[in-house]
Amino acid sequence: MTINIKDLTIEKAHEMMKAGELTSVDLVSICLQNIKEKNKELNVFLEVFSGSAYGGEDALDQAKIADEMIKTGKGTKLTGIPIAIKDNILITGRKTSSGSKMLENYVASYDAFVIKKLKEAGAVLIGRTNMDEFAMGSSTETSAYGPVKNPFDTSRVPGGSSGGSAAAVASGMALAALGSDTGGSIRQPASFCGLVGMKPTYGAVSRSGLTAMSSSLDQIGPFAKTSEDARIIFDCIAGKDDIDSTSVDFAGVYRTSNVRNGRSTSDGKKIGIPREFLKEGIDPEVLQNFEETIDKLKKKGYEIKDVSMPYLKYSLPVYYIIMPAEVSTNLSRLDGMRYGLRKEGESLFDGYKKSRSAGFGIETRRRIILGTYVLSHGYYDAYYNKAWKVRRAIMKEYEDIFKDVDFVMTPTTPTTAFKFGEKKDPVQMYLSDIFTVSANLAGLPAISIPSGKSTSNLPIGIQFTGPLYSDESLFNLEKDLRE
Amino acid sequence: MEIKDVEKLAELAKIELREDEKSKVLSDMEGILEYVKVVEKVEVPDVEPVYTQKNVWREDLPAVAGEDNSAIFSSDLIIKQFPDSQPARPHDGSGAGGDGVFLKVKKIL
Repeated sequence: MTINIKDLTIEKAHEMMKAGELTSVDLVSICLQNIKEKNKELNVFLEVFSGSAYGGEDALDQAKIADEMIKTGKGTKLTGIPIAIKDNILITGRKTSSGSKMLENYVASYDAFVIKKLKEAGAVLIGRTNMDEFAMGSSTETSAYGPVKNPFDTSRVPGGSSGGSAAAVASGMALAALGSDTGGSIRQPASFCGLVGMKPTYGAVSRSGLTAMSSSLDQIGPFAKTSEDARIIFDCIAGKDDIDSTSVDFAGVYRTSNVRNGRSTSDGKKIGIPREFLKEGIDPEVLQNFEETIDKLKKKGYEIKDVSMPYLKYSLPVYYIIMPAEVSTNLSRLDGMRYGLRKEGESLFDGYKKSRSAGFGIETRRRIILGTYVLSHGYYDAYYNKAWKVRRAIMKEYEDIFKDVDFVMTPTTPTTAFKFGEKKDPVQMYLSDIFTVSANLAGLPAISIPSGKSTSNLPIGIQFTGPLYSDESLFNLEKDLRE
Repeated sequence: MEIKDVEKLAELAKIELREDEKSKVLSDMEGILEYVKVVEKVEVPDVEPVYTQKNVWREDLPAVAGEDNSAIFSSDLIIKQFPDSQPARPHDGSGAGGDGVFLKVKKIL
């Protein structure tokens, strides 16, 4: 059987399996073959799931069970679909290293909420994907296991931190993937790899079983080829979880909160463009693509309006205060005592220091030190407290804008995928998240949608941000742009 | 900021830095702080930095076996670990089964 897996969607695969034209075992075998051929070069998977001594299940065994489910009519849209999982999401009996030497041999003792949901739906978990260490990076270059290469051009980064998940889908090693997004870690690699990537409303998806980076910003979300596929995964993983007190009953909230001026936001056709925010630092090709997308949307009946959002430009500086503060506290649990790598020291504190220095890479240590600084007594008010005030102002600004427009649109990233080693200075690297971080700060849902290619054949993405709980309406935009 | 500030912060964060890393971290920190310091000057409405995330407590109820991951240790499971366990007999010597279970342990140290 010849199947072009790079064009195969979950929807199509599901139909074929239901009609008996394809089995999950076939589908998973094709992905495994692709992995075998390309993983050595691309460095996408840290582990491909075969049977595990700790009780993790073999991918092909999961596929056999899925085929049975389909045969007996118990299948869902995700049954038998091979999905790649970012290495910071816990799967019982599997290593979850978060791209770090610190957790190289940590084996999860329970399933993350999202994994439980995928397993119930009969999805096939095919392997765990490479990422920036503890999700801190925009290129996968901080991974302790070497960077992932962009399938479109192997001299370039796939984006990060969920670069492995993006490259897995883009290179036909899985039909979809899960990533996590703290400041753009799903949307930016989706944009660099020509995929749909979505960060849900904060709380729409439970964070239980996600290795914590910055708890007020982290969300798990899908990578897929189309918004329909992304939506199938989102519908599966969203929902209230008693173990994550910030999670909400999404379907319930969506129904009640998503009606504005008497109409549902899913009918919304009014898009705001924060022009003053798009003046500098954007690649001309990306900007041109952005303008072309605006024209396309106008032809589709969308109303485009310039909006003024003066606080938006402070998003990235605010993010680089709040995020490291939370990182420094979240990662303090990793001291060689309970989890992870352990080095003996001369004293208790010396043991902590030796373990943390051997386990954490330089970017992780840099952010922990930065977080320690902004939380220290003399600087707390000037940095951390002030950043939270500005964060409130950014939230309020979005709230006010969404009284007028249905979505805010920007490029996903200022450039297309950059070359390895190109961003030497941390601030230069951080700037690639300039358009994505505000959605995390305000807790809003945002999606990156493929909007074309550059002259050097690199994918370009466009980002839409919507009001709280407008997640479902974001998916409709991609369909309109594609058709 | 100076090298000794970086050393002090690293000490507080329980992190070691090599000598060459110290100067790199110092220059990176200066670059990042230069970039984020704009936040200090931003004029915002006079609001408290109300943190949106608050602790939410659940009821402290015993977990029920089989219902979630946290209930791995039920009394049944613990009793199963003791092959010589037997039902308790009431003190009146009647021999009829009482409440509870005796567990025979190998050795008391």
